[in-house]
Amino acid sequence: MMYRIVKKEVLAENIYLFDVKAPMVAKSAKPGQFVIVRIDEKGERIPLTICDYDNNKGIVTIVVQAIGASTMKLSRLNVGEKLCDFAGPLGKPSEFIHMTVEELKNKKYLFVAGGVGAAPVYPQVKYLNELGIKSDVIVGARNKELVIFENEFKELGCNLYICTDDGSYGIKGRVTDVINSLVNQGEKYDEVVAIGPMVMMKFVSMLTKKLGIKTTVSLNSIMVDGTGMCGACRVTVGGETKFTCVDGPEFDGHLVDFDVAMKRQNMFRDEEVRRLHHSEGCSCF
Amino acid sequence: MERVPVRELDAKERVKNFEEVCLGYNEEEAVLEASRCINCKNSKCVQNCPVGVNIPKFIEYIKNKDFKQAAEVVFDYNSLPSICGRVCPQESQCEGGCILGIKGQPVAIGKLERFVGDYVLENNIEVYEKKEQNGKKVAVVGSGPAGLSCASTLARLGYSVTIFEALHEAGGVLVYGIPEFRLPKDKVVKKEIENLIKLGVEIKTNVIVGRTITIEELLEDYQAVFVGTGAGLPRFMGIKGENANGVYSANEFLTRANLMKAFLNEYETPIKIGKKVAVIGGGNVAMDAARTAVRLGAEVHIVYRRTEDEMPSRLEELHHAKEEGIIFDTLTNPVEILQDENGWVKGMVLRKMELGEADESGRRSPIEVEGSDYVENFDTVVMAIGTIPNPLISYTTSEIQINKRKCIVVEEDTGKTTMDGVYAGGDAVTGAATVILAMGAGKKAAYAIDEYIKANS
Repeated sequence: MMYRIVKKEVLAENIYLFDVKAPMVAKSAKPGQFVIVRIDEKGERIPLTICDYDNNKGIVTIVVQAIGASTMKLSRLNVGEKLCDFAGPLGKPSEFIHMTVEELKNKKYLFVAGGVGAAPVYPQVKYLNELGIKSDVIVGARNKELVIFENEFKELGCNLYICTDDGSYGIKGRVTDVINSLVNQGEKYDEVVAIGPMVMMKFVSMLTKKLGIKTTVSLNSIMVDGTGMCGACRVTVGGETKFTCVDGPEFDGHLVDFDVAMKRQNMFRDEEVRRLHHSEGCSCF
Repeated sequence: MERVPVRELDAKERVKNFEEVCLGYNEEEAVLEASRCINCKNSKCVQNCPVGVNIPKFIEYIKNKDFKQAAEVVFDYNSLPSICGRVCPQESQCEGGCILGIKGQPVAIGKLERFVGDYVLENNIEVYEKKEQNGKKVAVVGSGPAGLSCASTLARLGYSVTIFEALHEAGGVLVYGIPEFRLPKDKVVKKEIENLIKLGVEIKTNVIVGRTITIEELLEDYQAVFVGTGAGLPRFMGIKGENANGVYSANEFLTRANLMKAFLNEYETPIKIGKKVAVIGGGNVAMDAARTAVRLGAEVHIVYRRTEDEMPSRLEELHHAKEEGIIFDTLTNPVEILQDENGWVKGMVLRKMELGEADESGRRSPIEVEGSDYVENFDTVVMAIGTIPNPLISYTTSEIQINKRKCIVVEEDTGKTTMDGVYAGGDAVTGAATVILAMGAGKKAAYAIDEYIKANS
């Protein structure tokens, strides 16, 4: 069984979207879940959040930011090429899928996406939209070129707030500035869902704790198997060790120990640099 | 006559590679060792075998150089003899019951079983005739020892069996856990699994039952389901500093090395190991992790809170580990992991222990020695203190009852769970145990599934 790439799109510099034929995953996928991808026999198992899914077509959409050796290799694949493994959906779905429409109608969600985090936020907003629930969405990026999914969010008819660090597009400032100003304008939120770089989720959680708004974050910890077996993805949540893959990936942002999580995320950085260097053709060792 | 010694790679050489350490018997050695069996009336070896292999009979055939007949006997009871011959704790099972062991050394039953299994693999002997299928379908969840054994038994009863495996490769702990130098993957594990495929068993990888498909959905297409999902979730000690960088579970460390082949440059999964490694625990997994770390070039310490006598590992592993220069810090227990300013392991606070009264496992329990704490520097710490069953199935299938240790509750004689048509066995039921016990449970459940399906059709 191989998994064919049926669509590829460049969303921004180093950010790619792939539609992959994986009917069993497409059938069961829910917002908040992820997949494990392996490019070929010698490849790593790469965890990637699910960005969209179409059960009728048997297609799952993933978005990849080329930052390490494996994600760079993945980003060079084209339509028609096949992935050796595509396992999922993994992790617990977002909490709100267990709620009824009635319960959800009384709630106001604010989604906060940082950079490539817009991709996993999308299926959540889409899910709620399909139930007739409109959410507010903040998309933050370093600059205009890195803003992704703008049109998709607009098509869902949500209130979209875009901000960039350099002010090249939308509001100049960080996502936390936008949250602050929305709340100051009198917006009331029952829950914030923040997905993006670990440091962004940390600062959003610190702010919402102060504001007293329940906050869910989705962690992208290092993983090997993604099924609960290795424990590499362990994080401290409310003083307890949890596994991102089976207990998460979504956790209460006010309980996550982000400092430990960030340190663990960088665990293989030197090794990654060494391998990347090696894979680019250098035989220095 | 003394037990025929088995050839092994020299310890100095083998620590530089991942090649299999034990070379096994050749035909001549096997026949000679087989001739030691006195074919005693009592056959305690058979009674002590979790799958009841007719040991004296297959040894008799080896003695007569009829290896094919020997294979037929073994395969009648055990579909994975090359694997069991290598990883079973023979000293506490078959060989533990051998009458020769009272005064001298028991017959090397494990090595003979391995010889027979390897003979079949090397000579491509068809051990099973493909049975005519009865048109009934059974789903097996997990392709570890329990699942493989259940699948092979059912296939030989005429069922059409599909195994669902969450990882990208079949074999469970046989491929992610047990290292190449103890259990070769291409030469042994893959080939024994191929024998099952020849029997008509289908294996679907990348399917996480509970997530990709639920047990309820499986029951729409299959008459029964066997759950052999093992005990894959690593335990940690819960001590300070345990989430520091450089602290691995043995599962993570071994999975990176075995399944993902991180020790080979052309494979992309990283593994990072310092100069000095501590492995916490005294079981087979601890030995596997320690010996893997030695091969990656580290000075390795086994840190264990009791003494060598209480170590649950196979004797052969302990012996090999010592030969390979692993340092045993026994009666020692970590109380804290120390980190540097970047969050990396730099050492441990260790506490000396002494042995007290025997606990419920029959082993003398360790007691802390007050004021004995000391600090030792380490770059890497591997936790090999046990595993618990994976919660994925119980999270998503409320009808399957689990106990407080997260193990699936079953009827002992049949493996029947609290959900109709669903059976379970192996580590998912017992908690972490051995390959052969899991295989025994898989086999037992297969017969129960056969009866269940017959009664319901």
